Amino acid sequence: MSGIPHDHYEPKTGFEKWLHERLPIVALAYDTLMIPTPKNLNWWWIWGIVLAFCLVLQIVTGVILVMHYVPHVDLAFASVEHIMRNVNGGHMLRYVHANGASLFFFAVYIHIFRGLFYGSYKAPREVTWIIGMLIYLAMMATGFLGYVLPWGQMSFWGATVITGLFGAIPFIGDALQTWLLGGPAVDQAALNRFFSLHYLLPFVIAALVAVHIWAFHTTGNNNPAGVEVRRGSKEEAARDTLPFWPYFVIKDLFALAVILTLFFAVVGFMPNFLGEPDNYIEANPLATPAHIVPEWYFLPFYAILRAFTADVWVVQAASFLTGGIVDAKFFGVIAMFGAIIVMALVPWLDTSKVKSGTYRPMFKWWFRLLVIDFIVLMWAGSQPPEGIAPTLSLIGAGYWFAYFLIILPILGVVEKPKPLPKTIEDDFVAHYPDAAE
Amino acid sequence: MLKKLALSAALVLSAMGMSHAEEGGHTEDVAFSFEGPFGKYDPVQLQRGLKVYTEVCSSCHGLKFVPIRTLADPGGPGYTEDEVRAYAAANVEVYDPELDDTRPAKPSDLFPPSSLETAPDLSLMAKARKGFEGPNGLLINPLFKGIGGPEHIYSILTGFTGEEKEVAGTTFYENEAFPGGWISMAPPLFGDDVEFDDGTPATLEQEAEDVAAFLMWTAEPKMHARKKAGFIAVLMLTILSVLLYLTNKKLWYPIKHRGKQANL
Repeated sequence: MSGIPHDHYEPKTGFEKWLHERLPIVALAYDTLMIPTPKNLNWWWIWGIVLAFCLVLQIVTGVILVMHYVPHVDLAFASVEHIMRNVNGGHMLRYVHANGASLFFFAVYIHIFRGLFYGSYKAPREVTWIIGMLIYLAMMATGFLGYVLPWGQMSFWGATVITGLFGAIPFIGDALQTWLLGGPAVDQAALNRFFSLHYLLPFVIAALVAVHIWAFHTTGNNNPAGVEVRRGSKEEAARDTLPFWPYFVIKDLFALAVILTLFFAVVGFMPNFLGEPDNYIEANPLATPAHIVPEWYFLPFYAILRAFTADVWVVQAASFLTGGIVDAKFFGVIAMFGAIIVMALVPWLDTSKVKSGTYRPMFKWWFRLLVIDFIVLMWAGSQPPEGIAPTLSLIGAGYWFAYFLIILPILGVVEKPKPLPKTIEDDFVAHYPDAAE
Repeated sequence: MLKKLALSAALVLSAMGMSHAEEGGHTEDVAFSFEGPFGKYDPVQLQRGLKVYTEVCSSCHGLKFVPIRTLADPGGPGYTEDEVRAYAAANVEVYDPELDDTRPAKPSDLFPPSSLETAPDLSLMAKARKGFEGPNGLLINPLFKGIGGPEHIYSILTGFTGEEKEVAGTTFYENEAFPGGWISMAPPLFGDDVEFDDGTPATLEQEAEDVAAFLMWTAEPKMHARKKAGFIAVLMLTILSVLLYLTNKKLWYPIKHRGKQANL
């Protein structure tokens, strides 16, 4: 690992030297585990470990579930019930896997908003951020594909609605949707390929996670003060950092244990709370559920998708300018993917040189509003499109884009940041006066 | 294709609008024994519920995902294996593809599917319906009262007003709990429809509550095992959390008090 100067692995025994000359794998593990980590990291920095744990949990439970699951339109639903009733511990495996997806997304949203507040996306960590956004996209794809597999009503109709988004693309949409589904509608061909991809993508995510970690191990972690670790010498760096093992491993494991306590309370006592009852009805292509809603973790973006109806002036303007090629449906699709793209581009949209929101008096409020905006969008996405929900969706979607495209670029110019601590050591001592030497 | 999509989208949208307008079927909150983190099924109640199911519901509805042998499983109605064998032989007829005919059921068989095409299977009904929502989509009611599947079943069974109407050759019955207010199922229970073995008076409310509890069991037969696993996991993880908290505190103490120690 380049970056922060620190002690590297030295092979000592004969065997270690022999192995090191052929494959420096112990050195890789040692340097990864002992990476100098800013000692002022706060509790918002524990979610990375939770996410790594979730990925392993989902892969392990998923691999076992696959041993009993049958990807066939006539048998899939029954095979899930077989898992719930006849497979030893099968009910726990499935509930852990289903709620594990929720924990995964809960953790990733906190992790992303942590990055947004503390400016973790800014130079030199833009690549870490972009890789993270790719992981998030792959997670959404995996979550969606996995939700189709039990072949309940919401599985089927969710798949129909979401693949319909691709059908909204002008000219090639229909052909593209048919190609994605392997036929004119969600059926056996779609179920088979969704199953295949649901098994593949977690390993793609695992590879991306390795690159994500590699990237921030190269730049070093960001931290709540947003000032970089001093790199003049090993001694100087050591005043700002502590080795990841044992200090942060133990801290992260403690946080993970607390979060898992709550997680298993949900799995044990209310495993269907976050689910949709309609998905306990076997898929029926002839009966549309009264109210099609995605899982909670898709709701904010689902709200943005639905926000842009034909009576919104930007949609009418886009339709007029493109001669009707961009209609309300396609505009909604562009808005939904655009909402994620603007977030991915934030390293170049935020003009402020100061990373941490703690030292940005104006930014702080706009950021808090973004968090509220996200929650309001989530609620609006869960509601039928009537009453106040469409209006809130539109305002919420508008603020989401305004935050990234207007507010962040302007704030960097007009805002006067508070003075930053000179070093991470100073920030740490400010929190723990007894730590001053 | 485009037309078809537009049409289906329009259908979905109108269905969404409709559902909201028609929601608000009233659900009674029943205090079931299996509610809460420590709640358990009452085996005697499940036995009464099975009797209601067998003598009334099963004439139209099925339980196609439920193996008959599970009636003897722990955390269920608590029958012995012999009792289950006798029950299956006496009360359940299943179709056997090898005989190409029906025969008395064995414990290894599944309950038969619905005999009436329009009657939904009841295996998962108690998890496929929600009784409690909101307020305003905020999930507060389901958090405290539960999702309300069995309560919904109870409310449907006790919610008939006696009014009926005919639409396009189908008779609909007014029901206070059914979304939309009109259900195509005729009132199945009136009170004294069965005679309970334990002498409990078979009032309409009693029958409805018992069969709702039984259907919760068919939907979630491993509830006891699940709650036990959850309880053990929470207990172990709480202990682990405390130990890791203390470890972490001790580990970081010299780092956070470096100066003070140096001055001592």
